[in-house]
Amino acid sequence: MIRVSHSVSTRNLKTAGLAAAIAVLAVFPLVFTNPTVTSIAVFTLLFMASATAWNAFSGYTGYIALGHAAFFGTGAYVFAIMTTHLNMSAGSSLFALVPVAGVGAMVVAVPFGLIALRTRRHTFVVITIAVFFIFQQLAFNLGITQGSSGIQVPTPNWSAWTFNNPFYYVSLGIVGFAAAVSYFLRRSVLGLQLLAIREDEDRARGLGVPAGKAKLVAFVLSSLPVGMAGAVYAYFLGQIFPQFAFNPLFDLSVALMTLFGGIGTIAGPLLGALVLESLQQYFTFQFSNGDLYLVIYGGLFLAVLLLLPRGVIPTTTDFIARHRARRQAPSPSVDSVASAESGRGGLAIASRKVR
Amino acid sequence: MIQAIVDGVLTGGVYALMAAGLTLIFGVMDIINVAQGIFVVLGAYLSYVLSVHLGIDLFVGLLVTIPAMFLIGVVVQWVFISRLGTRERTAMSILATYAVAIMIEGVLGLVFSDNYVQLNAWYVTRSYHVFGFYLAYIYVFGFILAAVLLGAIYLMLYRTRFGASVRASLQDRSAARLVGVNVDRVATITFGIGVAVTAAGGMVFGATNSFNPNTGYDLISRLLTIVILGGLGSIGGALGAAVFMLVLEDIVAVVWSPVWAPFVFFGALVVVLSIRPTGLFGRSSARAQ
Amino acid sequence: MTALLEATGVSKHFGGIHALSECRLEVEQGTISGLIGPNGSGKTTLFNVITGYERIREGEIRLAGRSITNMTPEAIFKLGIGRTFQLTRVFGRLSVMDNMLVASQHEASWARRAFRKAGSHGERARAMDLLEFVDIARLANEPAATLSYGQRKLLELAYVLMADPDFLLLDEPAGGINPSLINTLAERIRALNAEGKTFLVVEHNMEFVMGLCHKVTVMHHGSALVSGEPDVIRKDPRVLNAYLGGFGDDEGLGDEGPGGQASGS
Repeated sequence: MIRVSHSVSTRNLKTAGLAAAIAVLAVFPLVFTNPTVTSIAVFTLLFMASATAWNAFSGYTGYIALGHAAFFGTGAYVFAIMTTHLNMSAGSSLFALVPVAGVGAMVVAVPFGLIALRTRRHTFVVITIAVFFIFQQLAFNLGITQGSSGIQVPTPNWSAWTFNNPFYYVSLGIVGFAAAVSYFLRRSVLGLQLLAIREDEDRARGLGVPAGKAKLVAFVLSSLPVGMAGAVYAYFLGQIFPQFAFNPLFDLSVALMTLFGGIGTIAGPLLGALVLESLQQYFTFQFSNGDLYLVIYGGLFLAVLLLLPRGVIPTTTDFIARHRARRQAPSPSVDSVASAESGRGGLAIASRKVR
Repeated sequence: MIQAIVDGVLTGGVYALMAAGLTLIFGVMDIINVAQGIFVVLGAYLSYVLSVHLGIDLFVGLLVTIPAMFLIGVVVQWVFISRLGTRERTAMSILATYAVAIMIEGVLGLVFSDNYVQLNAWYVTRSYHVFGFYLAYIYVFGFILAAVLLGAIYLMLYRTRFGASVRASLQDRSAARLVGVNVDRVATITFGIGVAVTAAGGMVFGATNSFNPNTGYDLISRLLTIVILGGLGSIGGALGAAVFMLVLEDIVAVVWSPVWAPFVFFGALVVVLSIRPTGLFGRSSARAQ
Repeated sequence: MTALLEATGVSKHFGGIHALSECRLEVEQGTISGLIGPNGSGKTTLFNVITGYERIREGEIRLAGRSITNMTPEAIFKLGIGRTFQLTRVFGRLSVMDNMLVASQHEASWARRAFRKAGSHGERARAMDLLEFVDIARLANEPAATLSYGQRKLLELAYVLMADPDFLLLDEPAGGINPSLINTLAERIRALNAEGKTFLVVEHNMEFVMGLCHKVTVMHHGSALVSGEPDVIRKDPRVLNAYLGGFGDDEGLGDEGPGGQASGS
């Protein structure tokens, strides 16, 4: 009974916290109007969305995918190619192409997933890297992507002061979408199956879980927000190049952010991306030295892996839980031995009471 | 065309050496050392420093760089890798070594800048003229070097007691522990060996290609492809796959276009893995994940 | 009585080790059959072969006359065969209830179910019923990894039952269970059997097996030594030899007993 009231108060706290966070995010660009700040915010949001989507696959299934940059780049290029070939002019209406680009990413995710998911976990990681590099090579070499000269995307004629704001809100929308997908997936039958696959895939299969289908659906689903993020990125920057749209550091960053925040949780990737991406953007503005940044980033990654292997959120939740448990009176531990002493009848009654 | 094949075989030998290190590390430790690519570049830079700043011949310089890389490998293993838990070990190792790789890349960039450099010696630009083909000296020497080192590794594995412990750990770590093998020490030394070979590979690579700190990505992609095609943990497989892939790439470059040649690597990987998910010579017995 | 399961001539080697050697087994519909034998006699291997976790090149397994040799574990499961493991396999980080829900089965196609919320009211009720059936209902919200070995055994049994299988293969169901609960477990199995389920149970606990099973097969060195009713088996000298010292002592090291011939079929 203690547990019941405890969870109600926690739930209220969580809802309140969520509401506050949404409120802050909603008014952020109106309060902090400095374009540098909002620009950082846009990139941060794009990574929050990508990390959340990545976690919805890799976090739930335990299959670490390091090729999602392929979806980001595909989204970016689909968007860019559409704007140039359809001769569309810049403006808010161009945002309508973002979901289309996202679907484009989903389309390539299907063959990608079909190939990659046939392998075991550690080969899977490598094959996602390999397929990603194929995408990058294609971007460099296919005619339609114009190779290393990149593609220009029309830039809207908005005032410089508020230029970032539409991008901010669209990105925020994608974050919301990704978070919603992640949340509902977790509660769903598919989500449960993915978690079972993570724990013991063979046993899950033995119980009738269609592991192949489940993983593929999750994989394709996770590509959608990432693809959309890529499209917004393309629009925001105004031009894209193969090595930036298909950036090998993308997946590493996304993985780091998720691990930092807590892989497998919903808030984890959001928190991780929020902290790490804004930090990274800030550093890039302060020290434009890319190499130093690499050293720091790698060091940070290692520190997280070795010191906080489960991530900030699970470690904190555990810490809080243990702290609480120490303060409450310890509940009598009921195990089979103790209950056996009270006799079978007692056992039956005790279990009925819990229900 | 035949020239392409010959070139492929010769360079394949060198790649085989580096890939052998990678596959050995995986076989003994269940770790995929994604930093192997940047280690090669590091080895190349070490040879560069010795050659340009101290005037030491490239091959002689190996006497310094190989032990140096061995030490670096041991340190990396000991400081970072050994601290990883056993849960999701392989995935974690990929992330950890990826992090180490970008750190090294950053350091190299800070020290050497992003300019491309290449190693130079009298044998780099001159070649044998045999049967109407040109065999650049460096390729031949490099191949011989690779053969010698691979042979040394083979001898070590099959003729020494240490090698027996390595093979035992390769088969079954727990069982090896039970018969008294110090698995952790074997792991550390194996990691050191796996990295040490990149000194040699790096030197040859650096002599035949211009490189900068970013070259690591391209290299590791190739090495990973080779190792997976050959089967993770199989040195013979790595050898076969390396030669096969390099020859294939050279043929594609000649027959089709040099631009698409690197594509061949990844394409082949994807094709093979789709058909045989454990690689060409990989063990199909399941390792606990 | 019709034979529900028939294994004939099953052989399986692992390298040089003959885990199974021309093994033969029959389980009749609606019975509780026991499979006993010293360590290393091949009981778990036989289970693995029947349920698709190992493949065989020689021999045949038939379910109600239909061959199920070398089918995948998923396919075996769909045929209504449930199986528990000696080293329990539960989904550690999921709650006990979630473990049950993973195993719940449905008529609707997977695609339609996949995005609905996990665990409908009916499913949860059924899961709770089964959890109560094995007396671990109070642990429904605990992560499965925190359960004791014995409790995990019970959980495995419960979630296998979620699929309502007709034929259950239980690998050491009583191992690690508190002695007073073993009677409960036996009663539960009898109750399920009365509903028409067939059981094949591997066990080392002789009292459990002899008291529960209609028929017992004794394995030794990879083949079936003898099979029959418990009372007959317990007195058979060949069985005594195989165990080297009688029941309850499964230190059986081999057939060094005086004159013990393995004349098993």
